[in-house]
Amino acid sequence: MTSTNHAENTVSAAAGDGTVLDVADLHVRFPTDGGHLHAVRGVSYRLRRGEALGIVGESGSGKSVAALAVMGLLPRTAQVSGSARLLGQELLGLGDAAISRVRGARIAMVFQDPLTSLNPVHTVGRQIVEAIQAHRDLPRAAARARAVELLRTVGIPQPEQRVDAYPHELSGGMRQRVVIAIAMANDPDVIIADEPTTALDVTVQAQVLEALRAARRATGAALVLITHDLGVVAGHVDRVAVMYAGRIVEAGSVDEVFSAPRMPYTLGLLGSRPRMDAARRSRLVPVPGAPPSLTQQMRGCAFAPRCPLAQPVCRDTDPPPTGQGDGHTAACHFADRLAGVRPEELFPPALATAAVPLRAAPAAADGAPLLVAEDLVKHFPVRSRGLLRRRSGEVHAVCGVSLELRARRTLALVGESGCGKSTTARLLLNLIPANRGSVRYRGQELTGLSRARMRPLRSRVQIVFQDPFASLDPRMTVFEAVAEPLRIHGRFADGGPRRVHELLRLVGLDPEHADRYPHEFSGGQRQRVGIARALALEPEVLVLDEPVSALDVSVQAGVVNLLEELQERLGLSYLFVSHDLAVVRHVADRVAVMYLGRIVETAPVERLFTAAAHPYTQALVSAVPLPDPRRERWRERIVLAGDVPSPLDPPSGCRFRTRCPTFAALSGEQRSRCVRQAPPLVEQGEGHAAACHYARARNLLRGTSTDLGQEPTQWR
Amino acid sequence: MSELRTRPGAPTPPADPPAAARGTAHHGRLRLVLTRFARHRMAMTSLAVFVLTVLFAFLGPLLWPWDHTVHREILPNQPPSWEHPFGTTNAGHDVLGQLMRGTQQTLRVALTVSVLATAFGAVWGAVAGYYQGWVDAVMMRAVDVLMVVPLLVAVAAIGGNVRGGTTWWAVALIIALFSWTTIARVVRGVVLSLREQEFVEAARAAGASDARIILRHLLPHAAGPVIVAATLLVALAILLEASMSFLGFGIQAPDISLGLMIDNARTAAFTRPWLFYPPGLFIVLICLTINFIGDGLRDALDPRQTMVRR
Repeated sequence: MTSTNHAENTVSAAAGDGTVLDVADLHVRFPTDGGHLHAVRGVSYRLRRGEALGIVGESGSGKSVAALAVMGLLPRTAQVSGSARLLGQELLGLGDAAISRVRGARIAMVFQDPLTSLNPVHTVGRQIVEAIQAHRDLPRAAARARAVELLRTVGIPQPEQRVDAYPHELSGGMRQRVVIAIAMANDPDVIIADEPTTALDVTVQAQVLEALRAARRATGAALVLITHDLGVVAGHVDRVAVMYAGRIVEAGSVDEVFSAPRMPYTLGLLGSRPRMDAARRSRLVPVPGAPPSLTQQMRGCAFAPRCPLAQPVCRDTDPPPTGQGDGHTAACHFADRLAGVRPEELFPPALATAAVPLRAAPAAADGAPLLVAEDLVKHFPVRSRGLLRRRSGEVHAVCGVSLELRARRTLALVGESGCGKSTTARLLLNLIPANRGSVRYRGQELTGLSRARMRPLRSRVQIVFQDPFASLDPRMTVFEAVAEPLRIHGRFADGGPRRVHELLRLVGLDPEHADRYPHEFSGGQRQRVGIARALALEPEVLVLDEPVSALDVSVQAGVVNLLEELQERLGLSYLFVSHDLAVVRHVADRVAVMYLGRIVETAPVERLFTAAAHPYTQALVSAVPLPDPRRERWRERIVLAGDVPSPLDPPSGCRFRTRCPTFAALSGEQRSRCVRQAPPLVEQGEGHAAACHYARARNLLRGTSTDLGQEPTQWR
Repeated sequence: MSELRTRPGAPTPPADPPAAARGTAHHGRLRLVLTRFARHRMAMTSLAVFVLTVLFAFLGPLLWPWDHTVHREILPNQPPSWEHPFGTTNAGHDVLGQLMRGTQQTLRVALTVSVLATAFGAVWGAVAGYYQGWVDAVMMRAVDVLMVVPLLVAVAAIGGNVRGGTTWWAVALIIALFSWTTIARVVRGVVLSLREQEFVEAARAAGASDARIILRHLLPHAAGPVIVAATLLVALAILLEASMSFLGFGIQAPDISLGLMIDNARTAAFTRPWLFYPPGLFIVLICLTINFIGDGLRDALDPRQTMVRR
């Protein structure tokens, strides 16, 4: 489907003037206490009819602000200049009434968070009808019929009933599809989607991207897809623009930009992201440094301070976007030097850790079991509100999970939000009591230990949290944060300050900054502080709870490298909890996949990605977008129906059966087995076990054989 | 202004000379707070005025010939003069002498109430919020019960039935007994919103005790709202003390407090303003300076507040 679409677009592009949206030299400034924040510094792009443009950038690159400026949705304090023409009509500077006539009719927007972009007190049908009637004189019944039709287009099952549902009765993925239905209600010429899938799980992301595609097909609208995820862009747009520090630094067709980037930053972005379809490379290639502060007046190229190619000319003059007439432009003085350069050649590999004297963990034979969990069960009571707080139900968060973490190995625990992976991590640390089951560390039972008995063991098993902004006490200096575990365990008196400085150096921070507060650091640096704190007590096991998922792509790589290096030098064992399969493939030795509180499949990492046996794992692997436009187009994709059922009332038998494509294809008799009997984890050989009655190994990173026939030579 | 408000997550340049200049200031937290407080101009001015008020109240009586009691040598009912800068009362008090003693007693009561109620309320609220469940339910119901008791009636009832009920510390204790509840509610709210944060879990994972988590991680975050509530308590205590005196349960003649002075002079506001306005002025001064000092403290204690207010 994409390929035909693509062909049409090239035709219309060749035909010339099909421009629907023309943004030229857009600037946005916000007055702040610290001077003007120049969020968008001269953005220009053209969108042709029916075209899909991806705008990629990290947080703070100005990608959302630029879109909001076009929509006229910025706060009044923002100073906007430049021009944005929609079908020849200037949008910037329009009055409220005038822009309201355009907004929602000719140009529509899909926001990131479907929880807040729908009004909770009206039915979704009413909200769609409102959007239609705001711009068209349509009788109520006709508008309602149109709403049902729109819901069907975006793939909502039983639209006749759902049209009367309130937003809270729908899941996140469904709500986002309703938002898309509202956006397409008046057949707009342009739909701007601002991180439409960032708040959603991968399997749901696939559904929503599918709905966006359906919306484009039905309305013929051009799409601006704003995202930080190179993979999402690769499979769903025709052209891509990369933003950095408020400016488009590279633009071109997806294939061109991904295969032959001409701007060092783009190359860095591509190199810093681990790939799910490639076996573990030695190290990722992080982009050094951090984006510049936009409150300062900038001279020269904004990327120059981080760029290995930077010459004096880069610091003096800002390179204009230049191209070779093929529509592929880059703002770099040395764009032609990048031809055929791989990321690791451009960005010199550096050790992530500094040379400091290390005390390695006490010797444990490689691969000996360190932390063993058996049949863990955790239920959270749900209580009614009010004085009596009667128990009204139970969340079955973890149901019979068994894990084995081995010395110097990384076990990844993978699953979507709400599957119980973080609860499992906390059970392993004995941070919350288990309802049933046992956790043993080097043979010693942890469950049921008192706080006092647990304390000496705390130094052996430590945790790093997901959110580097919430996991450090904002009122403690970094020194205090790292010193705290030492103080608690009475080890501070013995050379404490020196040890803290050593730890900071170890994670790549400057000990000079020890007296700073967490808010003075960037996300990546804060995560390093969190790692230093976890290492303070010289643990043997680190539980990493989504350690990089809150970080920007170019920063992620540095933290992943640091973790890998620390593991090698200190002999650590990791339990790596994550929803990001690409990172997991890069760091893990073994993977366990969780769904609704149960482990559905566990296998050595290579086997899991090349021969997944459980239908859920297969769907997960196929849903993760790859940062490679060609492969994305030819890959077989399993889009799961529906959403994860409520853990308050999980389905009987196999918990995945309600969404399972294998189940759907079974005969009635075979199905009854799935309904009655929960499948146990069955060994498939080579340490690979899957909990499915009808398990069948498949490789979803290669295309299917028919795909191979179509374009066999395109992949390396 | 050299310091700018730093955005959370704003990129930090790798090497920054000021950081080196600050040195290894991990023991310098107190010094840092003090420097930041010193930069708050209103707070510094208020602190100076407050210190002068305290000196006036506690050292003044040692230097001034007249105390707060009736003296036969004093001509009653005189307007301000060189001998009696704030005039004299009908009964033959020197008003300046009364002001000194009155400020002294009022400061004692107000500050004692503020310190006691804040300390007790903060711990009560933090414990309730941290442990939740039935501990929270029982503790907060107690707060609710105390809150619905009409303050003045209760204060008066207890004050009238306790021996020594008119000494300043008894008055302070009684007022404190009924005024810690607001602090407890404020602190509980802060603790409830913070206890699920990852940094609390991180401390727990490091093996920290409950006491350490409450004292080191949770209570410092309540500093802002608690300081505001505590400064309001100072004003509340002054007013309550005055009302008690008026009802005959607070500090009683021959002793004197600012509230009592105003009460005594309430008919003289227009005819003999020198009796009425000076104690009023001192009450306003105390409340205002305490408020500004509280503001300064709150800003100095919050590491994210790097803007300097003038």
